[in-house]
Amino acid sequence: MGGWLFDPAHWSGSTGIPVRLLEHLGYTLLTLLIAALIAIPLGAFVGHTGKGGFLVVGLSNVLRALPTTAVLILVVLWAGLGDFPVYVALVLLAIPPIMAGTYAGIRAVDPVTVDAARGVGMRESGVLLQVEIPNALPLIFGGFRGAALQVVATATIAAYTGAGGLGRFVFDGLALQDFGQMLAGAVLVALLAVLVDLGFAGLQRLTVSPGLRPVGTGGKR
Amino acid sequence: MTWIFENWERFWEVTEVHLRLSVVPVLIGFVLSIPLGWLASRSQTARAILFPLANILFTIPSIALIVITPVLIGVKILDEINVVVPLVIYTVALMVRTVADALSAVPGHVTAAANAMGFRPWRRFLTVDFPLALPVTIAGLRVATVSNISMVSVGALVGLGGYGQLFTEGYQTDHTEKVLAGLIGTVVLAALADGLLLLIGRVLTPWARAGR
Repeated sequence: MGGWLFDPAHWSGSTGIPVRLLEHLGYTLLTLLIAALIAIPLGAFVGHTGKGGFLVVGLSNVLRALPTTAVLILVVLWAGLGDFPVYVALVLLAIPPIMAGTYAGIRAVDPVTVDAARGVGMRESGVLLQVEIPNALPLIFGGFRGAALQVVATATIAAYTGAGGLGRFVFDGLALQDFGQMLAGAVLVALLAVLVDLGFAGLQRLTVSPGLRPVGTGGKR
Repeated sequence: MTWIFENWERFWEVTEVHLRLSVVPVLIGFVLSIPLGWLASRSQTARAILFPLANILFTIPSIALIVITPVLIGVKILDEINVVVPLVIYTVALMVRTVADALSAVPGHVTAAANAMGFRPWRRFLTVDFPLALPVTIAGLRVATVSNISMVSVGALVGLGGYGQLFTEGYQTDHTEKVLAGLIGTVVLAALADGLLLLIGRVLTPWARAGR
């Protein structure tokens, strides 16, 4: 069953595993970057001002229900084939968890801490950027890593409309009734998801203040 | 929107299939996740096995699981069970952690009081622990239901039924209205199911609103 995956012929060339892996990683990282640039400021603004919380929750729920396949197909029908529809569909998928995580993270910051920041004369922008966001980072990362897992898994659908990525093996395998190829694609996507999550876990360790780590799990070094 | 009204019978037919393919896995998955979540809330070992396993299962793309399932359990690719099995797996993967967290969050003094009053383990679970875990559990169930309703469509990429059929047919015939009809159907169905669960949760946990 693992024969397809370990055949050296499948590890080279423009349709080989390394190229598809990099395409898949490319879709994932650029999607997450765009989604974070939209969702973190929105979630932070709503969390900071406390206005429009119901809007964030409602919008997240509606976007969550949106079938990625339909969004992808609609954008392809409107804008034509290519990578653009893939990004639209995946960014819409990634926004809700990141926005919800950011909003929840900012709301969960101890009001005493925020009060103290205002008390020592910080401006509102300072309160948000130097106090609330650093304190909310664990929950922001929670939402972001959840989004990353979903995007890695769902980027597979891109191949349905002829785009690249690891989904090519799944859909090409399906068309050829080549079970080994489909399985290889599925396994590679799952592996990539684990690796991406490990990468962001490392980033989280580097950026989150040691004072925010849960007590008893590496709080002391 | 006009497509929906002009093709009402077809729309209703895919709605029925879609509803069946999303609700059945949620029910099965929910029932399975209760004993598993209970186990994870009681035993560190079970937690150390179940949680990472759930995470890994969750990362397998649905389209991959849908095409692999028939080979693993030996049914035809066009059997509806190929959507049901993956969605049961996702539901369990999501709900095990939720149920475990919800049960762990039941205050110790409450369970101690129930024990002191002579509740036997089964009765305590059914009448004390589980009801108190319901608000968190139902919140998780809402997420699982909405994502299942959204995910069923993926089955259409290999030829299975539900709104996803409108997506693939619309794509092949360049028929935007048809795709939109399926998208609207999915979102409305998800909103209805979400609202229904919210309501059920309120009815089942009247104490959660007491004193407000």
